[in-house]
Parts: sequence; C-alpha cells; structure tokens
Amino acid sequence: MFSWDKHWEVVIGLEVHAQLQTQSKIFSGSSIAYGAEPNTQTSAVDIALPGVLPVMNHEAVRLAVRFGLAVDAHINRTNVFARKNYFYPDLPKGYQISQMALPIVGAGTLDIETEDGTKQIGITRAHLEEDAGKSLHEDFQNETGIDLNRAGTPLLEIVSEPDMRSPSEAVAYLRKLHALVRYIEICDGNMQEGSFRCDANVSVRPRGQQELGTRTELKNINSFRFVERAIEYEIERQIDILEDGGEIVQETRLYDADNHETRSMRSKEEAHDYRYFPDPDLPPMVLEDSFIEEIRARLPELPEAKRSRFETDYDLNASDAELLTSERETADYFERVAAASDSDNKTIANWMTGELFANLNKSELSIEESPIRSAQLAELLDRLADDTLSGKTAKQVFAALWNQEGSVDEIIDSKGLKQITDTGAIETIVDEVIANCPDQVQQFKDGNDKVIGFLVGQVMQKSQGKANPQIANQLLKEKMK
Amino acid sequence: MTIKTIKQHLADLKHGQVSSVELTSDYLARIASSELNAFISVNPETALAAAKHADEERAAGSDKPLLGLPIAHKDIFCIDGTRTTCGSKILENFTAPYTATVVNRLSDAGTISLGKTNMDEFAMGSSNENSYFGDVLNPWGNEVSRVPGGSSGGSAAAVAGQLVPASTGTDTGGSIRQPAAFCGLTGVKPSYGRCSRYGMIAFASSLDQAAPVTHTAEDAALLLNSMTGFDKRDSTSVEIENEDFTRDLNTPLDGLKIGLPKEFFGEGLDDEIAQRVADAIKVYESLGASVVDVSLPNAKLALAAYYVIAPAEASSNLARFDGVRYGYRTEHYDDLGQMYARTRSEGFGEEVKRRIMIGTYALSSGYYDAYYAKAQKVRRLISNDFDSLFQQVDVLIGPTTPTTAFTHGSRSDDPVAMYLNDIYTIPVNLAGLPAASIQCGLSSNGLPIGLQLITPYLQESRLLKVAHQFQLETDWHTLTAPSLEVA
Repeated sequence: MFSWDKHWEVVIGLEVHAQLQTQSKIFSGSSIAYGAEPNTQTSAVDIALPGVLPVMNHEAVRLAVRFGLAVDAHINRTNVFARKNYFYPDLPKGYQISQMALPIVGAGTLDIETEDGTKQIGITRAHLEEDAGKSLHEDFQNETGIDLNRAGTPLLEIVSEPDMRSPSEAVAYLRKLHALVRYIEICDGNMQEGSFRCDANVSVRPRGQQELGTRTELKNINSFRFVERAIEYEIERQIDILEDGGEIVQETRLYDADNHETRSMRSKEEAHDYRYFPDPDLPPMVLEDSFIEEIRARLPELPEAKRSRFETDYDLNASDAELLTSERETADYFERVAAASDSDNKTIANWMTGELFANLNKSELSIEESPIRSAQLAELLDRLADDTLSGKTAKQVFAALWNQEGSVDEIIDSKGLKQITDTGAIETIVDEVIANCPDQVQQFKDGNDKVIGFLVGQVMQKSQGKANPQIANQLLKEKMK
Repeated sequence: MTIKTIKQHLADLKHGQVSSVELTSDYLARIASSELNAFISVNPETALAAAKHADEERAAGSDKPLLGLPIAHKDIFCIDGTRTTCGSKILENFTAPYTATVVNRLSDAGTISLGKTNMDEFAMGSSNENSYFGDVLNPWGNEVSRVPGGSSGGSAAAVAGQLVPASTGTDTGGSIRQPAAFCGLTGVKPSYGRCSRYGMIAFASSLDQAAPVTHTAEDAALLLNSMTGFDKRDSTSVEIENEDFTRDLNTPLDGLKIGLPKEFFGEGLDDEIAQRVADAIKVYESLGASVVDVSLPNAKLALAAYYVIAPAEASSNLARFDGVRYGYRTEHYDDLGQMYARTRSEGFGEEVKRRIMIGTYALSSGYYDAYYAKAQKVRRLISNDFDSLFQQVDVLIGPTTPTTAFTHGSRSDDPVAMYLNDIYTIPVNLAGLPAASIQCGLSSNGLPIGLQLITPYLQESRLLKVAHQFQLETDWHTLTAPSLEVA
C-alpha cells in the first residue's frame, strides 16, 4: 500500500511484444534461433538489399490467431500490413512492416486475480510485426556494430486497455499473459533473451476525475520485478510533480534499473512521424473461416479450464489449483506426479507448493530446471504413503534428492532413514521413555492429553526420527492406561 | 542498315548460320564503338562465356526458346556478381549478390546478357537526363542531340542503335512505352503482377512492372513468354498459368472494337502525332476493326494522383539507401544524423530528392488523407473508368506521348513540363493494365511517333495481336535511325 492510494488513482496500460515461436522470420526463410554469431542469420531480404520483397510467414499468422482465440478476441478476416517509416541503423529497410488500421486480433479480455477478486483486463488489439536488429555499442570504439540476426523476427504486439490501477495489477496481468503465451505455445516467454518485452503507459489522476491524466511511456522494463518497480517509481514521480503544481510532459521514458529511476528518452514533440501507409509489397491478407476454425479446434487447454479441471478431477482447493496451473510446466509436472504416485493429490500439491516451490525460488530455477524430476517426487511421496518415510525423514530425502545424491531408495538406504514400523522395536523405546519421564507420565494420567506430544517426541528422538509416530502414539497411550 | 528481329536471330542460330559467340562478339563490338552512352556496364567476358556455353548446349540438342540470344538488362535488375547501379551515385559501386527473377528466367531460356543499360536514376524521369552516368543519345537525333525518353532510355537507345536485338526495361508511369515511342520501337508493359518484381529495384511498388523493348510485337511476345509467371518471392505476382503470347498473333482483327478516349486527343497533343494516329486508325479500319469515341472522365486526374502515389512509395522504398550496409556513404560526418543527411544528399540526384520530399510530405501526419488517401480514391475511379469502357470495346488506342523526342536540356528546368510527357501512359499504370507502344510514323523532322494500345487486365495476347497485325500491314517498325544509315 502506498501513500498515494487515498488521493490519486493510477491508470496503467501495457504493450507487450511477444516473439512468436516460428522456425523462420516473418518475411524470409532465415532462422530466428537466439544466440548465433552476429549477422549469420541474415538473408538478402533481412538486410534489405535493393530489389528484395517480403513474403508472409503463415505460421506467424497461425500463432497470432491462436492468441486471439485464447483471449476470446475478434479475429479480423482482412489483414492489412503497413509500413512504419523511420531511420535507424538496425532497421534495414528504413521502415518496419507492422499492422495499423486492421490488426489481426481485435478486442479481447484476460482475467487476473487481485486482492479484491477476479478482474477483467481488456485487450485492445494484437498485431503482427517484424522486429528490428540490434545495435552493439560495447565492442566497438567510437563506432556501433549492427547485428541483423533479430531483424525480421516475428512479433505479436499485444496492447491492453488502460484497465490496471496499481503496479501489482500490472504485474498480475503481465504474469497472466506470460503464462498464457507459453500455455498456447506461441512464445517461449524468455525475458532475458527479449522474447517477451513490456512497455508501460502510466498516468495518474485525482480520484473521482473522469478524464485521464497525461501519460508517459516506460521502456526497457524486461522483468516482472522491474515492471513493478519502474511503475512505482514513475507514479511517485508524477504525483510529486502534480502535487508541486507542475504538469506531466507526455514522453517516452527509459527505466534505469541500476539507479532505480526513469529518464526522459524523447518528448511528444520529438516523436517520429512514422508516415504509416499500406505496404504495397503485401496485398491484403484474407483469413478464411475454415483456417480459423482449424486453429480453434487445436487450441490447447487454457489456464482457466485447467484450473477448474484441477479442482474437480484432483479435488484440490481453489488456491492450490490456481498455484499449480499458473504455468503450464507446473501443471504438467503435477499431473505427471499424480499419475505416477499412489500418494493422495492434496499431499502432492502440498509438497509442490511447499518444499519444491521454496527450493526453486531460493535457487531461482524454473520448474523445468528442477533437479528433482517428477518421477523422483512421485517415488518419494510413495515412500511417505507406504510409511517407509515419516514427514520428517521425507524432507531429509527431498534435500538429498535436490543435491542429486542418488535415487530415493538409495538415499533412504545410505542414510538409514527407513521408518521403524516394527511394534516390538518401538515398544522397547516406548518403555524406555515411560521409565525416563515419570513426571510427564503422571501428568498424562491426571488428564493432560497434550503431554503425549512431548512423549512421542522423545520416542522420535531416541529412534533418530525413524519410529512411526502413529505407532509410538498408540503404544504410549496403551501403556499409560 | 536494316533491323534484325529476335525471331530472325533465333532462326539463324538454330540453322547454324551464326553461332552465339559470333553474334555476341558482333554486338559487343558495336557497343564498344557506340557513342550513345546506352550502357552503364558491359560484361564481355561473362557474355562470351555464356555464349560459348549456349553454343555447346545447342550442339548437345538443347531446345531452349531463346538459346544464344544476346540481350541487355536495364540497370535496375540485380544480377549476381554484377554491378547494379539503378543509375545512381548511391549504388555506383554496388555489386548485387543475387539475381532478379526476370533475369533468371530469361537466362534459363538461353539469353546472353551483354550488360546493363543506362536509365534515369531509380527510374525517375522521362528523358534519361537524370542518370548519374550521363545523358543517353537518341539514335534518331541526327543533327540535334535528342533524348531517348526515360526512364528505360538506355534500353531503348541500345535497341534502336542496334547495339542489342532487344532489352528489358521497366514501366512505372510510361518508362518503357515513352522511350519506345521516342526511339521508334515496340515497348510492351504487361499487366501489373505478370512479371515478378523480385530483384528489380523498387521505385513505386504498386506500379512497377518489368517490360521488354524490341523492334516488333512478335519479338516482345517471344521475350514475354520467358519473362512472366508467378513467383512465390513476389506476393504481388499473379498466380495464373503461363501462356504462349504468340498464340493469337496471327488471328485477324475482323470485328475488333477500338475505343478512342477523347482525353488522349485534347490540348497539348502535337498536330503531327494526332495525324499519324488518325492514319493508324484508318489502317485498323481497313483490317476490319470498328472505331468508337469514348471517354475516360477521370483520366485528367491521373497525373496528379500518380505524383502523390509514386513519390510516396518511393520515399519509403528508397529509405534503405542510408549508407549503413552497402552503397555510398559520405566521407565526413560527426554523428548518425549527419551521416544519413550527407550520404543521401550527396548520393541522390535532384529529381530523386524532389520525389522523396514530395512523397514524405504526402504521407506525413495531417496530410495523409488529403493526398495519399485521396490519390488512392482517384486511382480506383480511373480503374473503374477503364473497366466500364472495356465492356464496350476490345482495345483503347491513342498517342503514346504528346510530343516527339525533345532535345537535351529543353525540359530539365521545368519538372511539370517533363511530367506532362507521361500524361497518356500514367493512367494505364494506375489501373494495372497491359499496354504497348508501337511506331506509327515519322514527324516532318524525321522523328518516330508512338501509337499506344491498351487492353483489359491480363489480355496481353490480344494486345500483342493488335500490335502485330498493324506491323504486318505497315513497315514503320522496320525503319532505322538515319545515324545508322550513315554507318
């Protein structure tokens, strides 16, 4: 909660550039694989030699339509590509081919979870366009290198309505969108490599005012954390100016993560006149209904559907279902464990959202990078279910698995963690404990039931955690009758 | 000196009366001693090697339709390993690393490329005076130095000067028909989309078409057979089956309905041209055609619309010439902005800069609707005009140009006077139709006069038939320039 909550209302809209997972570029056959040597993935078309022409990559169109269907949007049947003209060294043609008047995806929606419940965020549009190359300043003295490998990479620019009212809502939307594009496999979502990039339009207005305040556009905010921090900083900056009687200048600002501030990049007056006009090299592209219906039929299960299926099929509560379906990989992991393990679903959910998530977060790993594979977790939970392990020893095995010390059974053997379920063996320890703790035994006999916990603890300690606590409990009660 | 057609050359080659090496050497020698400045680059070694290869192929039984035929390409077409300048300083030292589809197809058909012909810079011009590589002389100029027309001026001068049997050019607003008219040749602009634009340096993408310039309509048909066809690398190329454009050449014109658009015979048309066109119409009537006066009410708006649309597209198409990746870059600059400004100021000629400025202005915020959007509306109106006329007539006929070839420098200071030269050819490009210019006579001072023929979209076969039947009946197309008579 921020101090500005009472007097100011924050209005945020996001523009996301999602790199589409095609094999080749949007207008040429060059590869779009990340990390190749500079200028090795550049054809005559990509470097804009005289006389070359663009040819539409239909896979990019298919992926864009898939997104539109996933956010329940109108798909424009007639698509016009436009040239956005500006000079920059990493823009080979001197224009970017994009969509202006008729984007492929029209208005749609995306639901996010907020403190006040579910909120619907409007998606204004999503359009196809090509990426530019990269300018490399580091390796050259007083000169700039140009790498055109990225030039022509297909992008889907997803523009939201200004529907978000706090930095946390903006992040919630961004996370939801990020999960969605990965769910439907149109984008790998890799923010470090720039496959999923975000710009934010931010303005503030006095609460109750209808008209929007002057906005600024924040660029270079390429992690969830930076998005939140940059917007927070920008809100504070705008409110400071307004409270001092100043005016917000409409401009593009760059977020500097190192210094946690935004800096002016260019003002509205300096803004380019992009001179958009329909690209005469690409005739209007008309999408047939059958093409769209074919894509709809192959649409994978969407997060919302998966969440409700997890609640009904696995009998999970709403919170667990939400957590486990937030990323497709997480949901897949859960389903693999559930299929392989005899353990009950609630236990699987608890171990994933507890132990596994905590360790992944601490090591900053994604679930795909987890050192514990779903089969191993399933095996571990089976040993818990069949009473080989106690809750406590299971955590020890989990830690050893995390450190790649061997298989579940190897670890149990090598560490001697097999739970003692032999009543005779436990009985000996129970007798010992009763003999050593006369005071507590007396308290129990006087009607203090709670002291049983202490006595079970003593048994566990003496057995080095290996005694089955239920059996110890039962035996203690019997013997103290 | 008499003309020699492609058809005759191919017959000689086929019957062993001449080898491709002999023919190629002969034409290379003519080019070497020519003073027309019709070529920007000549490639004797590669041409002779290709000719030798063609002779070997023929010996091995090849039946490629144009095997061993020397031709020249306008320097707007990229050819792998060959300097491709587009008539501009900015590409003076640019060697193309790939080959245009049209060139590839003609090579596959067996043609030998002798070199690259001179042209107005980036195909912008009607006199070839806008070339960085100097003016081209019209072989018909005789005592006075006259322009060959433009922008495919080098291509036309080379054929008229008999430096090559045929050449390729392009036509955006008349750039093949007007030089053909000025040089007494046959120039055929196909329908938009017939020829792939891949590898042809773009001027105005929605108007540009590759086109042959030849002595006869029959020769044009032979070249078009190998130039046209769908290309998956050009999304604007038409996806239809290839056809044999010689198919209908010898079909009689009985019952042909000719329309004479009155807008093509109004003020500004030279009297002698009007007279020769009238004579030509009489020839057609004698061949069984009927003639009717018609109107293209929106044609008067064509020039204005064209000079919005073409420069707008050009301003964007030419943005890639920025000194960053290839081509000319200024020597002295302090920052990026200066590098761009100086490179482009120094690299482009006056007319190119003028059109980039016009186009940039027409597309700019606040002016788009008034200029570009309106021009596109006009374009549709003109297209509709043609469509409705072609409900009544089979072909439209008129003059190609309002005047004959003018003298060098006479229009250079007045861009609008220069632009008016294309007043009859431009409406055709706006509508994407096929059209030809064929010679229909000489002026009193001995200059060729062009007759323009226009047919409906994709009706090239009809167009070529109407042209060919005229050439069977008359011999204007066989006349050679007086300068050649002396030689």
